[in-house]
Amino acid sequence: MQLPSYMIFVEGSPALSLVIWFVIGSVVLYLMRAPAHQAIRAGSALLYRMLRLTSRSILVTKDRVKVRNTEVLLSNAREANEHMIEREFDRIESSVKKDLAGYPAMQHKIAQTITHVDETYQSSGEIPPTPPGWVEAIEPITKIKSDGDSMVETILAGIKNGLEKGQDKALNLYRKNSKKRHDILKGMAPQWRTLQKDLNVVDGRIKNVLERSKHIDHQMNEYETLLKDQDKAKLSLSSSSITQFFIAGFVLIIAIGGAMINFNLIARPMQEMVGGSDYIMNFRVSDVAALVIILVEVSMGLFLMESLRITRLFPVIGALNDKVRIRMVIVSFVFLFLLASIEAGLAFMRELLSQDEAAMLSSLSGTASAHLESSGAWITTASQMGMGFVLPFALTFIAIPLESFIHSFRTVFGVVIVAALHFLAYLSRFAGSFFLGFGKMLINIYDLLIFFPLWIESKVQGKELYQIMPVIKAPKNITTQNKEKDSEG
Amino acid sequence: MKVNLFTALLSATLFIAGCSSEAPKDHSKGVYMLIDTSGTYTKELTKAQQVINYTLAKLKANDTFVVASINTGSFSEKNIIAKMTLDDRPSKANQQKRLFKESMDAYVKKVKSSPYTDISGGILQATEYLNEKGHGAKTIFIFSDLKEELKKGYKRDIPFELNGFSVVALNVTKLHSDNVDPRKYMDRMEMWRAKTEENGGTWLVINDLEHLEKILKR
Repeated sequence: MQLPSYMIFVEGSPALSLVIWFVIGSVVLYLMRAPAHQAIRAGSALLYRMLRLTSRSILVTKDRVKVRNTEVLLSNAREANEHMIEREFDRIESSVKKDLAGYPAMQHKIAQTITHVDETYQSSGEIPPTPPGWVEAIEPITKIKSDGDSMVETILAGIKNGLEKGQDKALNLYRKNSKKRHDILKGMAPQWRTLQKDLNVVDGRIKNVLERSKHIDHQMNEYETLLKDQDKAKLSLSSSSITQFFIAGFVLIIAIGGAMINFNLIARPMQEMVGGSDYIMNFRVSDVAALVIILVEVSMGLFLMESLRITRLFPVIGALNDKVRIRMVIVSFVFLFLLASIEAGLAFMRELLSQDEAAMLSSLSGTASAHLESSGAWITTASQMGMGFVLPFALTFIAIPLESFIHSFRTVFGVVIVAALHFLAYLSRFAGSFFLGFGKMLINIYDLLIFFPLWIESKVQGKELYQIMPVIKAPKNITTQNKEKDSEG
Repeated sequence: MKVNLFTALLSATLFIAGCSSEAPKDHSKGVYMLIDTSGTYTKELTKAQQVINYTLAKLKANDTFVVASINTGSFSEKNIIAKMTLDDRPSKANQQKRLFKESMDAYVKKVKSSPYTDISGGILQATEYLNEKGHGAKTIFIFSDLKEELKKGYKRDIPFELNGFSVVALNVTKLHSDNVDPRKYMDRMEMWRAKTEENGGTWLVINDLEHLEKILKR
C-alpha cells in the first residue's frame, strides 16, 4: 500500500509519515474529544428518544385498536343475541297466531262436547223401580194361620205365586232399563276421547310456548351476562370468533372448490357463445364470462338467503317489508333457476363438444373408431347436466359461511393487528436501545483511537485511565417516564 | 357491503382493462408449413401429413394454418395447398380442421415431384403472408432436406424479414452426398441457421417429430 504524495512528510519513509499522521490525528481528535462525544451522545439520544416515542405511540395505537376490537366484538355479540331473541319472539308470535287462532272454535267444540256429555249423563240417570202397593195390603192376609184349612192354603199359595211373578216382572223391567242406561253411557266414550284429544292438543301447544319462553329466558340471561360481565364475555366471544373464522374459512374453501368445478363445466362451452379468441387482461373472454355467471349465481344466492332472513349481510334487504321481501325471494329464486338451467344446457353442450373433438382427434390420428359412443356415455352427460343444475343452488349456501367469515374476520384481523403493533413497538424499543448502545460504543472507539493523549492526561492529573473515561447513561427524562409508566402498569 | 364492494371492484377492473389504451397481447398463432415436393423427398409426405394432423390438433381459435409446397418457384400464392383461420367457436373450428385434413389427403394422393427446390421463395411467401395476418406468434415449418436448387434465372439473394418468426426445420433427411461427406450436411444446416438468425428469426431443427409439442405450446 502506498501513501498519496501529499501525505508523505519524510521522503522514502512512508511508515514514518504514517506515524506522524497518526500523532496529528490523535492530537486533533483529542482536542475535539468533548464536542465529538457531545455530538455522538446527542445523536444516539435523539434516535433513542425518537424510537421510544414511536414505540409509545404504537402501544397507544395498539391499546386503542384493542379497545375498538372489544367494542366491535361486544357489539356484534349483542347484535347477534338481540337477533336471536327477536327470532324467538317472532316464532312465539307465529306460534301463538297459528295455534291460538283456532282456540275459539276449539273452545266451542269442547263446550258442545261437555253439554252433550252432560245431557247424556242426565238421560242415563237411574230411576228406582216403584215397589208394588198391594204388597203391603196383602201382608195381614199372609199372617192368617191356615190351621190345615185347604182353602186358606190355596189362597196363600196363589198370593205367593202372584207376588213372585210381580217381583220377576219388576226385576226384568229394572234390568232392561239398566241396559238402556249402560248403552247411553257407552255411547259417550267417543265424546270423552275427542275431549281428551282436544285437551292434549291444547296441552302440547302450551308446552311448546313454555319451551320457547324458557329459551328466551336463557337468551335473556346470556344477554344480561354480556352486558354485566364484559371481560368474561369478551374472552369467550374472542375464542368463539376465531373458531368461527376457521370453520367458516374451511367451508368457504370447499365452496370455492365447488365453484371451480362449476367453472370448468361451463368455461369451454362458453366459447361457443362468446368466442374463444378474445382476451381481457390476458384472460380469455369466455373464461371471464363463465366466471361472471358463477359470480352472478353467488350474488343471487346471497340475495335469496338475505331475503329469507337467513343471513344479514345487507341490512337494506332485511329492513324491507314482508311483501317486497317475498317478491325479492321469488325474483332471486327465478333468476337462480334460470341460470341453473343455462348451466345445465352448457354442460350438455360441453359433452357434445368433447365428443366432437374426440372424433376429430381420432380422425386426425388415423384411428377413427367406428364406435365412439359407448353405451354409458349418457351417464356422463346426465351427471354433467345434473351438476350444472345443482351446483348453482348449492353455491347459494355460501352465504351462511360467508357471513360468519366476514363477521369473525373483523375480530381475527383485529387480533392480528394488535399482535403486529405489539411486535412493532417491541422492534422500535429494541432499535432505540441499540442506537443508545451504539452511541456508547462509538464514544469508546473514539477514546480508543486517542488512547495515547488520554494516557498522558491521566498521568498529568494523577488519575487512573478509566477515571477520565465518560460514563454514558440513557437520557434521563425518557428513562424516568418509562419507569413511571412501568410502575403504573 | 363487502360483497358489493368486491363486485364493484371486479367490474371496474374489467372495465378499465377493456378500455385500456395499451394494445392487448395477441394470443393467436400463425403457422406456415412449407413442404418440399422436389425429387425423392415426396416419399416423405406421409410424415408431413402426420405433422399437419398434429398441428391441426394443437391449434386453437383464431389461429392460422397454411400449408404450401416448395417447388421450382415457391414465391407464389399458387403454391398454397390449404389455408384456414380457425373460427372463434370450437364446433366450427373442428369442422374447419376436418375439411383441411381432407384437402391435404387429396393433395398427397395427386402430388407430382418438381425438379427444383426454391426454399427461399417459400420463406419469403410465408413471411409476407404471416406478416399480413399479424398474429402474436409466427412459425414457419420447413419440411425439407434443406438442399436448395434454384432454376436458372431465379434470384433469391434477398434478405428475409424474420423478426418475431420461429423457423423450424423438420425431418431434415441426409442425402447420399451428406453420407459421403457429413460436412456438407453440417454446412447446409449452418447456412440456414445463420441466414435465419441474421434476419432476426430464431432457428430450430426437429428431426424427432415427438419434440414438436414444445413449439406449438402457447
